[in-house]
Amino acid sequence: MSPLPSPSHSKPHSQKEASNEEGADFRHFWIRKVVDRFFQILSILAAIVVISPLLLVFVFLLSSGGSSLTWDFLTQLPKPVGETGGGMANAIVGSCILVAIATVIATPVGVLGGVCVCEYGDARLRAAIRFTADVLNGVPSIIWGIVVYSWVVLRMKTFSGLAGGLALSFIMIPLILRTTEDVIRLVPSAYREAGLALGLRRSQVILHIILATARRGVLTGVLLAAARVAGETAPLLFTAFGNRVWAAHLQEPMAALPLQIFTYAISPYPDWHRQAWAGALVLLGLVFFMSIVVRTLTRDRSR
Amino acid sequence: MSESASDPKRTVSSSAEGADPQRRSSAFQIEDLHVWFGNRAALHGISLNIPVHQVTGIIGPSGCGKSTFLRALNRMHEFIPGARVQGRIRLFGEDIYEASGDPILLRRRVGMVFQKSNPFPTMSIQENVLIGLRLAGTRNRDLLEERLEEALRMAALWSEVKDRLHAPGIELSGGQQQRLCIARALAVRPEVLLMDEPCSALDPIATAQIESLIRDLGQRYSIVLATHNLQEAGRTADCTAFFLEGRLIEFGSTKKLFTNPSQKQTEDYLTGRFT
Amino acid sequence: MNDFQPDPSWEALPLAAETRSLTHSVGIGRILDQGFGFLAVGAGISVLALAALLGWELYQGAEEAIRRYGMGFLVSSHWDPVAGRFGALPFLYGTFVSSAIALLLAFPLSVATALSLTEFAPVRLRRPVLALVDLMAAVPSVVWGLWAMFEMVPWLRQTAFPFLQRFFGWLPFFQGSIYGVSLLAGALVIAMMITPIVTSLAIEILQSVPLTLREAAWALGATRWEVMRVAVLPYVRSSLVGAGVLGLGRALGETMAVTMVIGNRPEIFLSLFAPGYTLASVLVNEFAEATSEEHLSALFEIGLTLVAVTFVVNSLARLLIRSVPFFFAPRPLRTESMETSG
Repeated sequence: MSPLPSPSHSKPHSQKEASNEEGADFRHFWIRKVVDRFFQILSILAAIVVISPLLLVFVFLLSSGGSSLTWDFLTQLPKPVGETGGGMANAIVGSCILVAIATVIATPVGVLGGVCVCEYGDARLRAAIRFTADVLNGVPSIIWGIVVYSWVVLRMKTFSGLAGGLALSFIMIPLILRTTEDVIRLVPSAYREAGLALGLRRSQVILHIILATARRGVLTGVLLAAARVAGETAPLLFTAFGNRVWAAHLQEPMAALPLQIFTYAISPYPDWHRQAWAGALVLLGLVFFMSIVVRTLTRDRSR
Repeated sequence: MSESASDPKRTVSSSAEGADPQRRSSAFQIEDLHVWFGNRAALHGISLNIPVHQVTGIIGPSGCGKSTFLRALNRMHEFIPGARVQGRIRLFGEDIYEASGDPILLRRRVGMVFQKSNPFPTMSIQENVLIGLRLAGTRNRDLLEERLEEALRMAALWSEVKDRLHAPGIELSGGQQQRLCIARALAVRPEVLLMDEPCSALDPIATAQIESLIRDLGQRYSIVLATHNLQEAGRTADCTAFFLEGRLIEFGSTKKLFTNPSQKQTEDYLTGRFT
Repeated sequence: MNDFQPDPSWEALPLAAETRSLTHSVGIGRILDQGFGFLAVGAGISVLALAALLGWELYQGAEEAIRRYGMGFLVSSHWDPVAGRFGALPFLYGTFVSSAIALLLAFPLSVATALSLTEFAPVRLRRPVLALVDLMAAVPSVVWGLWAMFEMVPWLRQTAFPFLQRFFGWLPFFQGSIYGVSLLAGALVIAMMITPIVTSLAIEILQSVPLTLREAAWALGATRWEVMRVAVLPYVRSSLVGAGVLGLGRALGETMAVTMVIGNRPEIFLSLFAPGYTLASVLVNEFAEATSEEHLSALFEIGLTLVAVTFVVNSLARLLIRSVPFFFAPRPLRTESMETSG
């Protein structure tokens, strides 16, 4: 494609000059332009189609659930079946407790597991752990509900908040492990060497240098995992189970926002439907808030 | 130098260093050092005494085993999978590979500065310098402050950073970062300082500063300086060892080695006839 | 920097050498260090234990059903807990058909969106749209289900399905009575839930193509679409397929939203307007209410089947994605194809 500009051309730098058959090439050029524009428009349309459901969900929840999102809704217990009014206070608090339990269990295990995959153990063990974590990340969340049901609930002979938190933590552990591993791998080995050459112990190098350097990434991973399980319903169905009153302690069935939304949604009562919409609005707000925190964290890092 | 035949049945190293004047004058005594990576030998029987309170330059083309040699001196090779060491290295008379020895203790006595400056990115200048002491358990604030100033002064960085000790270490310029790394290594008061091409990533002005610093530190410390830059070795080292393909070819005072080498290979390398 | 002087006062500082033994043990530090190592390895191994727990509990629960029905469980199409007949075929069928349709819808849209966000869309719009895609991935399943139940399904029943039936009713997939809740509704919800995942994967894959390749094509005078077609897509084809398969893995395990709109009837209909059932949905609906041993055991076997299916699909996806030439050396572009198009 070496251009040989000939003096007869009026616009010596236009694209068509490259060829010998100018007329044909000129037409070809326009076809190419049109094809390019066609695919551009198509892809932008696709992007609009892809994000439109999000906007539809948002508009629906705001218009239908917004009016039910009252102070009572946030602070009251559910009313008995048949009565209107009441709220989801116990479910909102229950969700926070469940996510907190799960985070407290999963963070040390996941982060240390990520450390193990990067820093300890022999190559085969590391590969096995990484592979297993990937497999577990692909397991549908309802399966964890069943596993914890037969492991904990059957043994304790009661549904409980503890079992629910445990089920959520099982989802979080492989997620946190993988993100921790990824961010630790991004820490240049020069820092590790510098620390070791100073006479620091391996654990000191990991805790004070490697994890300190990667702390934002680790925090992001934990928050992402927490945001993910905060919206989970399926693993709680047979573990936390739900509760229409306050749970006195962790060995009792506990209400959770997604569970309550599900129960209300499939119920025949219009008042419950309205409450489900309001609850979904709260849940969506919660999850979006966490996602936005994560986004700001990662944006700061990229700068 | 290389009357190397290592005795397989070694006696436990005597703790009475200082009695023997020969030992007193060497920081490291290296006898018949071999290093393998898997099946490949990187060093073939190096025997060498690193003199105390002098700068010892290690020169040679890349891949000759300079880096490997330095890492064997503070047991940093142990993090490379498949690396093995054979032979005896004594630091002021103590065998550093003795089974009961802890590499952590060794590395507190043998500091290291790397090719690329690597101040810890999340720490301030002050934290960078003091991290080694703090994690070794020093809590005394006065002592920490004293050591901070001492280390930064020794690294000739004090006057430049004394007003911004809490600024992040990575905000400094390249040469300053390298001097910060030197200060970090000095803060734990090592006896030997290993420097692995400390100037190769720096501009000429920063290089000149670091080199003058190395000369000064060399009066108080035993420094082992690996470099592929012959001029740098000529300017800073008191004695120089020439490595080629994992073997020690020649070792002597820098002046002698550069002006009147006894080995043909050394002469070829110094005059650039070597490929 | 030019007034560099080694600080003169350092001469007065003490000598460094202190005699310290190499074998003097720093007991507590060493023990803590080893303890930390054990903790880390223990945490790693606990992931293996978690997988073992999962396999063991599911197998334990399903043992009776496996013994009683054998392979017949997977091919029998009768599911009637009251009569004590358990066959998983309707759920397998519903799971695969809904997921396959979802992927058919989601994959082209996702790749096109990814192209748009890496190449075609105005640069100012890319970040916000990308943020929306990320937010979309964060919407909980139950929220999708809620919206689909109350907004999408009525719309499908009143508008979309009659329209489809009028024009494509001659196809067996669009026949029969319209309830709204249906396989197709489930597929649509799944599609909406997997598009953000496939899209962000596709974006990552497209961005992994070295800039030099694009630049080489640009320098030949290629249009944007030609750059994509000639320089970018051929290099990432198999990883894009891998991203799609990963989306399929997600689709197979989608639970709550599907349960809320698919109709939950354990029968096999050719029509997409008919209600269906999936492996995950039957667990949601029947697990808590299963009273007989064999019913519960059959449900455990359903769970085991679901894990097996997602495992196979996810492994396939990983193999495909791994084959991406993420870091290949710059090589000369094959210019023949450029010249025929230009």
